[in-house]
Amino acid sequence: MLSSTDHSPKALAAGGNSPTRRAWARFRRNRLGYWSLLIFCVVVLLSLAAELISNDRPLLVRYQGQFYVPVVQEYPETTFGGDFLTPTDYLDPFIREQLDRPGNWAVYAPNPYGPKTLNYFAKSPNPSPPSRDNWLGTDDRGRDLLAQLIYGFRVSVLFALALTFTGVLLGVLTGAVQGYFGGKTDLAFQRFIEIWSSMPELYLLIIFSAVFAPSLALLLVLLSLFGWMGLSDYVRAEFLRNRQLDYVRAARALGVSNWQIIRRHVLPNSLTPVVTFLPFRMSGAILALTSLDFLGLGVPPGTSSLGELLSQGKNNIDAWWISLSTFAVLVLTLLLLTFMGDALRDALDPRKAEQ
Amino acid sequence: MTEPLLTVSGLRVGFAGRDVVHGIDFSIEPGEKLALVGESGSGKTVTALSLLRLVQNASLGGTARFNGQDLLSMPERALRGLRGQDIAMIFQEPMSALNPLLTVGEQIVEVLQLKMGLPRPQAWPKAIELIADTGIADAATRANAYPHQLSGGQRQRAMIAMALACQPRLLLADEPTTALDVSLRGQILDLIGSLQQRNGMAVLLITHDLNLVRRFADRVIVMESGRIVEQGLVADVFAQPRHNYTQRLIDSKPERDLAEVAPSELTIVAQARGLRVGYSVPRRGVAGWFRRGEFVAVQGADFQIEAGRTLGIMGESGSGKSSLALATLGLQPSTGELRLGELSWGASVPQNQRMRRTMQVVFQDPFSSLSPRLTVEEIVGEGLLVHEPALSPAGRRERVLAGLREVGLGTDGDALALLRRYPHEFSGGQRQRLAIARALIIKPDILVLDEPTSALDVTIQKQVLTLLQRLQRERGLSYLLITHDVAVIRAMAHHVLVMKDGLMVESGSVTKVLQRPVQAYTRQLLAAAG
Repeated sequence: MLSSTDHSPKALAAGGNSPTRRAWARFRRNRLGYWSLLIFCVVVLLSLAAELISNDRPLLVRYQGQFYVPVVQEYPETTFGGDFLTPTDYLDPFIREQLDRPGNWAVYAPNPYGPKTLNYFAKSPNPSPPSRDNWLGTDDRGRDLLAQLIYGFRVSVLFALALTFTGVLLGVLTGAVQGYFGGKTDLAFQRFIEIWSSMPELYLLIIFSAVFAPSLALLLVLLSLFGWMGLSDYVRAEFLRNRQLDYVRAARALGVSNWQIIRRHVLPNSLTPVVTFLPFRMSGAILALTSLDFLGLGVPPGTSSLGELLSQGKNNIDAWWISLSTFAVLVLTLLLLTFMGDALRDALDPRKAEQ
Repeated sequence: MTEPLLTVSGLRVGFAGRDVVHGIDFSIEPGEKLALVGESGSGKTVTALSLLRLVQNASLGGTARFNGQDLLSMPERALRGLRGQDIAMIFQEPMSALNPLLTVGEQIVEVLQLKMGLPRPQAWPKAIELIADTGIADAATRANAYPHQLSGGQRQRAMIAMALACQPRLLLADEPTTALDVSLRGQILDLIGSLQQRNGMAVLLITHDLNLVRRFADRVIVMESGRIVEQGLVADVFAQPRHNYTQRLIDSKPERDLAEVAPSELTIVAQARGLRVGYSVPRRGVAGWFRRGEFVAVQGADFQIEAGRTLGIMGESGSGKSSLALATLGLQPSTGELRLGELSWGASVPQNQRMRRTMQVVFQDPFSSLSPRLTVEEIVGEGLLVHEPALSPAGRRERVLAGLREVGLGTDGDALALLRRYPHEFSGGQRQRLAIARALIIKPDILVLDEPTSALDVTIQKQVLTLLQRLQRERGLSYLLITHDVAVIRAMAHHVLVMKDGLMVESGSVTKVLQRPVQAYTRQLLAAAG
């Protein structure tokens, strides 16, 4: 392990700082986790700015003495000397020619394709292998793979964050109530969980996706409804164990209210399973969305997603670039999350300090 | 002079590059009873475990010659043959050292089959014989019992039977009586002594209890932080300790230094009449589907706590003394009359809070009584958040620092750095001081002390008791002291209650109960404590 022994003066000097700074110092001591966090943050930020990186519309156009910003506004083709009122296709050789005339210029995104852009002017049949035009090749409909990956990653990560957040919130809340109050409350909740967990989740998803228009919000609600139970059991067990320890008794003897005891004493000491499972929940959420997409039950058609790409890779087994690059993105994301989770667990445990 | 059975020379044990045992030398003669004494962290257990190379991830140095072979360098296979056969070990906690899924008889049979190669039909009677030797009555039936069906003393006896199954020549006994009640400790030690004489084996007894050493051993080795500071015959060492650490250990018997309050000035701060504490427990059989049974932990307890004085409650584990403390604190529902001054529990929330302010508690285990994820400032200052919410953060910090100084923490060095430290950065004694500071910060009148020193080393015990005595003299605090340790009662209590199976069997002033006990049970407790 990279982090096992560090007797540097820096680590020892951290002893005098505030608890938050010491937690941060512990996090940084796990170098793998620290670098994973940095890389992950950069990648997420980049994907949030996907429109500036991968877009079929130029970022800025100078045409006949006037500035146009196609990235935020649509212009009909007639603006640039075309014949129709349809939105401009900036990959059209004619438009390119117009924009390349003396005095005119355009700033393109580094990857000049959007997630839905079809390259009508590709030089080889779809799916086409990596080339100078399409760095990672195209899928079977001629859409640029790099653009798809960037936008698909963004959808996956945002969805996973939201799902993890709601799942952890519900799980900790229900687990805490069951574990702390115990007795009849616990009994009632346990029976409810048993009934609720026996609902066929996948069938419900299929039924709901048939009844309602498929959307990310619907998926989030449905997956959240079923995703909290596993965590709730762990939190409940931790609460049951911790609530009868002497420090909780001492707090009760001091007259601290139930809510304060939960917040200050029991909860922080019961979060180990939550934090341990956090990266796995996050990667589980990404995989859930991916597999639902793969089955065709996930994101609405037309939204680029990692699962949809995987299913394309399966259908076009010869187009190795599709499955390989999607697989690489998934593996890297899950790895980064796992490393970050390890470091986070160390950081939140003050007993790990200065060793 | 015969060849020593075991000769250890230059034994070093290190973890992750840091030595915890720094090259010690000692030897054990055949049939000798040697005691290894020291406080926790002195390396005594690690020394014993490393003789059998049972310590994980440790780097070992030096030699340990047993029967002409070096235990530290012999191949693992050969050592495995020695373990249990020539060198056996018994541990502190028999419950965790025995397999809960096998009957004790089966576990002994397994040893006999593996080590002696006895076939099962012969091994079973032999196992029963071994169990009978350790003084367990009705050995043939008890051999079929699972560990949880035996009492603590019987479990330790079963452990001993298992260790002695192959008639080892050396028995390593690691705190064999610490987990047991006082009255059992002497019996177990006598048992080891008699079996030792009969089998002619040598015993290495590891303990922190000097009473046991005096009673049991021929020779004693005193260890301090990984070094042997003194060794010699027990009588010599106790009569003329040469090293001042040994002196400190021997002097660590708590002393009585209390302010005596004249009987005419006594004011009663808490009073209980007919206090009864019961727990609901599941019933067996069909009846358990409809009703729950009740286990009565305390029955008809009468006591009173007077201002500035200590009421000591003495009893063995399971006698209901901790339930009594929790009921007095209002943490455990009880029936009967219990008054703190004019107030009693459960009338209303504001009244409960007023009562909480007058009564606080210090628990036995300083490791579980402080939340590991809160800083010292948060732990000690918590009572102020509840009872003096108007206090500013700066004012609160001032009070916390004053409270810490009063229990002898933060008087030197950076006091602010102290506030930001976490409990695990303190030793057991310091943690107990933190627990006392947390209880005292809201200036209560009564402090419930639930075995306040039994998890601490002897020298630390004395320091904590001295601190409690000083606080009582200075602040006129009343203590409700719960302990199984007669020495602590003798040093601290004014009035004593003796409890057995939830009932109060004897009560009276400390001199009367300790010097002229009326009940046979009290006499038995006092005799066991030596």
